[in-house]
Amino acid sequence: MAHYKMHLLVCGGTGCRASQSDKIVENLTAEIEKLGLENDAQVVTTGCFGFCEKGPIVKVVPDNTFYTQVKLEDCAEIVKEHVLKGRKVKRLLYEDPETKKHIEDSKHMGFYQKQLRIALRNCGFIDPENIDEYIAREGYAAIAKILEEMTPQEAIDVLKKSGLRGRGGGGFPTGLKWEFASKNMADQKYVVCNADEGDPGAFMDRSILEGDPHSVIEAMAICGYCIGATKGLVYIRAEYPLAIKRLQTALKQAREYGLLGEDIMGTGFGFEIELKFGAGAFVCGEETALIHSMEGNRGEPTVKPPFPAEKGYLGKPTNVNNVETLANIPVIFNKGASWFSSIGSEKSKGTKVFALAGKINNVGLIEVPMGITLREVIFEIGGGIKNGKKFKAVQTGGPSGGCLTEKHLDTPIDFDNLLAAGSMMGSGGMIVMDEDDCMVAMAKFYLEFTVEESCGKCAPCRVGNKRLHEILEKICAGKGTEDDLEYLQNLSKVIKDTALCGLGQTSPNPVLSTLEHFYDEYLAHVRERICIAGSCKALKLYTIIADKCTGCTACTRACPVGAITGEKRQPHVIDADKCIRCGACYDKCKFSAIHVQ
Amino acid sequence: MEKIKLTIDNIEVEVDKGTTIYKAAKQIGIDIPVLCYMNLEHLNIENRPGGCRICVVEVEGRRNLAPSCSTECTPGMVVKTHTIRVLNARKTVLELILSDHPSSCLTCSSSGQCDLQDLAQRLGIREIHAVENAMVSTYRKDCSPALNRDMDKCIMCRKCETVCNDVQTVGALSAVNRGFMSVVATAFEQDLVDSTCTFCGQCVAVCPTGALTPFDDTNKIIRALSDPSKTVIVQTAPAVRAALGEEFGLPAGTLVTGKMVAALRTLGFDKVFDTDFAADLTIMEEGTELLSRLSRFLEGDKSVKLPLLTSCCPAWVNFFECFYPDMLDIPSTARSPQQMFGAIAKTYLADQMKVKREDLVVVSVMPCLAKKFECEREEFAVEGNPDVDFSISTRELAGLIKAANINFNNLPEEDYDNPMGESTGASVIFGVTGGVIEAACRTAYELFTGKKLEKIDFEELRGIEGIRSATIDFDGTPINIGIAHTLGNARKLLDGIRAGMYNFHAIEIMACPGGCIGGAGQPLHHGDSNILKARYEAIYREDANKPIRKSHENPYIVKLYEEFLGEPMSEKAHHLLHTCYFCKEKH
Repeated sequence: MAHYKMHLLVCGGTGCRASQSDKIVENLTAEIEKLGLENDAQVVTTGCFGFCEKGPIVKVVPDNTFYTQVKLEDCAEIVKEHVLKGRKVKRLLYEDPETKKHIEDSKHMGFYQKQLRIALRNCGFIDPENIDEYIAREGYAAIAKILEEMTPQEAIDVLKKSGLRGRGGGGFPTGLKWEFASKNMADQKYVVCNADEGDPGAFMDRSILEGDPHSVIEAMAICGYCIGATKGLVYIRAEYPLAIKRLQTALKQAREYGLLGEDIMGTGFGFEIELKFGAGAFVCGEETALIHSMEGNRGEPTVKPPFPAEKGYLGKPTNVNNVETLANIPVIFNKGASWFSSIGSEKSKGTKVFALAGKINNVGLIEVPMGITLREVIFEIGGGIKNGKKFKAVQTGGPSGGCLTEKHLDTPIDFDNLLAAGSMMGSGGMIVMDEDDCMVAMAKFYLEFTVEESCGKCAPCRVGNKRLHEILEKICAGKGTEDDLEYLQNLSKVIKDTALCGLGQTSPNPVLSTLEHFYDEYLAHVRERICIAGSCKALKLYTIIADKCTGCTACTRACPVGAITGEKRQPHVIDADKCIRCGACYDKCKFSAIHVQ
Repeated sequence: MEKIKLTIDNIEVEVDKGTTIYKAAKQIGIDIPVLCYMNLEHLNIENRPGGCRICVVEVEGRRNLAPSCSTECTPGMVVKTHTIRVLNARKTVLELILSDHPSSCLTCSSSGQCDLQDLAQRLGIREIHAVENAMVSTYRKDCSPALNRDMDKCIMCRKCETVCNDVQTVGALSAVNRGFMSVVATAFEQDLVDSTCTFCGQCVAVCPTGALTPFDDTNKIIRALSDPSKTVIVQTAPAVRAALGEEFGLPAGTLVTGKMVAALRTLGFDKVFDTDFAADLTIMEEGTELLSRLSRFLEGDKSVKLPLLTSCCPAWVNFFECFYPDMLDIPSTARSPQQMFGAIAKTYLADQMKVKREDLVVVSVMPCLAKKFECEREEFAVEGNPDVDFSISTRELAGLIKAANINFNNLPEEDYDNPMGESTGASVIFGVTGGVIEAACRTAYELFTGKKLEKIDFEELRGIEGIRSATIDFDGTPINIGIAHTLGNARKLLDGIRAGMYNFHAIEIMACPGGCIGGAGQPLHHGDSNILKARYEAIYREDANKPIRKSHENPYIVKLYEEFLGEPMSEKAHHLLHTCYFCKEKH
């Protein structure tokens, strides 16, 4: 086996591939061959590095050089300068936004300094299509140890002791969940991996499956051993073609190595995994809906109990875990429960992956220890708010989470604190908003998503969310009343109180949390007909400042609806009833005479 | 059975483990309102999607409200069914449902029969909070010969879906679309007539609103009755007399045969006859067919198809034509009583009455919606003139009686006209599951053995279980009988036959739960299966009270064969009283 001096790790995640990272791999390889360096340096396609804001990423190890926004034409220079001559290509290095200095070693990047990568340990480091690389990183060591040395209950006890809680949204203790499934006797049980990642903006599950599929396979087999199941199913959305492909490759390799199949490692334990494709319905992330979808029925939830652990897929005891939860499991067995439980906060152990999005400098995927504060995540890892704007709120937990404000910035992030603050962990979406974002419009935006994704089974979610959305639309259009605010509050609470599944029980969260933290904005919309953030178009009032207007008539000509009148060289006026708030006059005026309220 | 103690509204109650809060509350007289929940206990049919959220209650220590229909009691549970939180939630949710429901109660055919309307009154809804111009979900209307679908009125209770899929295994209806636009529909929203629908109408029977309603033929009846050039006669099916009274406030199970006849005369029908007469005729034909197949079988003829399946139920006929086209030669070729009546009325009777076929209008009053479809089948018409012109349901008849200002409960008891109004106890029990085969046995026994049947009641064929079987001793020859009601149970039997699992000689199948007494044209049971039970008992009461209880002893039947048909299965009988089946497999 060749011993390379240098590895060029190229992100092969969906994001960087969209910017031609696969071509970058080809170019780098070709350049290396051209210079005859193929025995010195190896190009490796890896999973996601998380720093999607600056993709495509090429990382050079062992010196941790982190090249960002690499273009096809940069490849020759990287190889010639860095690989051949050992000189870093300065202009491609990440530049610290504050010091404006190029950072030579990725360990010193603010984005990575506070991160602790457990679930993402192999993403951006190994070739996900090569099982040997996974094995070299203690892959399949956990299952080997468990099959040889532990009874299922002993393994479940380790998991319970670790304090791992479900990363898909609910935060239910994983060990306990396994124990329930293990205690229900049946001729057949199932292990299901929930890879139906549905939160807009969240892509940790996809990244893990694209970057480290074997960790999920290994964890599923461990789960099968613990609960007494011989069959595993991965419910994955068909929109994740790369994740599907990498998972299929990994499954094939695992079978070839005897790590899946009838007699794993000669221990007599057999486990097989099958893929089930989902059509990408948000509600199918709910475990009962997911199971019905896998069975070929309409993807809608049913009342629990019975829980899947008693009666799940095809009526058999079934354990459903999310991708990120599973990715944590092999490490827990390799490093021990107490190692894992030493990380995190009192009741939330380990780390959590978050997808940073919105008005934040470093958009991407991060993994941090539980108990870190929002301030650290947003301002240190995330690099603060874009364009020097002011932080206003952050929406955690995806569309059915809630928004948190300035006063929550120093709250340690964990399952219970987020819930207490009126939001939730969800699957780890984190969307940052600045002063230009209207919180009413924000709530409306999220409702639009839940209205679209409701399965329609229960009345509060089917009709209630639609009505919530309509009221928010009305308020944003400047037609709301104070009665509407009261009804909004009552309706939101009733929907939370009565909806059948997690989707409906959480969908009013954006409304309730914005009502709580930004009631003034709502009031301004309905009383003064003002949108404080200035984002609700219908509430903008365009007027002409007579002192500044020269009567040049430029605005009159720009107005598409003839709302502006006036004599030449005389101050003009805008007819507010005719005005459609398009802003054409504002853009056209050379004398700053148009005032927007 | 393990017992559980809990408190509901401060009352302690002990229930079996597994009991839901709703049932536990009912046990102590607390009637929690429900909308999507339905439990036909005697028939083992349950709809419990937990979707309407009307039945929510407060459970101490629980974060959100619990749907009482599907939450099981736990030891020490403290339940409150009418706190302000519960009442507000219930009302708000109902308002939401109403905000997406047309406010057309005044003209809706289900008005007064509508569970949604009742609930709105019960919860005191006086206004619907919603945004002006709030969106309402609208869908394409669908009209079939038997029933109408106006899904704008659908509240997604899923009862129709449950009966169509789980009970009937027809699979014509299921939920489609998502969120606000989700609705129960056929595949690709095709018309019912193009779907696998058998027109059993059980979806209509359980629909709590006006979303699924019977096709209304009453105006056609009124027009025919007021046309002086037409002679209009009517036949009434066995199950109608046991249910019609409910529409006039009489207790379920009240037999109103005489009043019904009087009402029909008052309405202006020229002759009032009984489908029961044709049921006796059916026994003659079907019984003879069974005996003929049986005798050949017992003689060792391997080409004989057994078991013989009854064929009086039109939804059942539609079912096997659609789902079992490879088994079309098993059912009896005998037409249903409705169609036998029509065929005889438009030939034998028309001659007697000296009325031309085209001037004779035959109306049937049926507990059934599939009968509307059946009388439109091409094979039951002569040169475009149908044997039965119109079929109306029990409920439509009640509507006609009310519209004609008739005080039904004060009417005198009147008798049917002859010759086609005379009937036997055997024909009456056609209205319940097991009745047709019992009637057939009463006649077949005597014809087969040549001996008089002493014990007329075949108790072993009665009952309400979905699939039943019994062996009847035909004087030393054991005859194996199977019985199924609901099409789901029929499917189980048919699959068994196909797999060669059974050795039945004859099988009776009825599409509706309980047989025709549970037909979709009957007064709505609103989820109370006690009503069906009462009708069931009434039918057997009527049978027991009849002076003649075997079909072949009906004097007018004997006369009909003597004067007109010759003998059962004669060429003329074949032509008028038998039919053939078609492959109607849907892809």
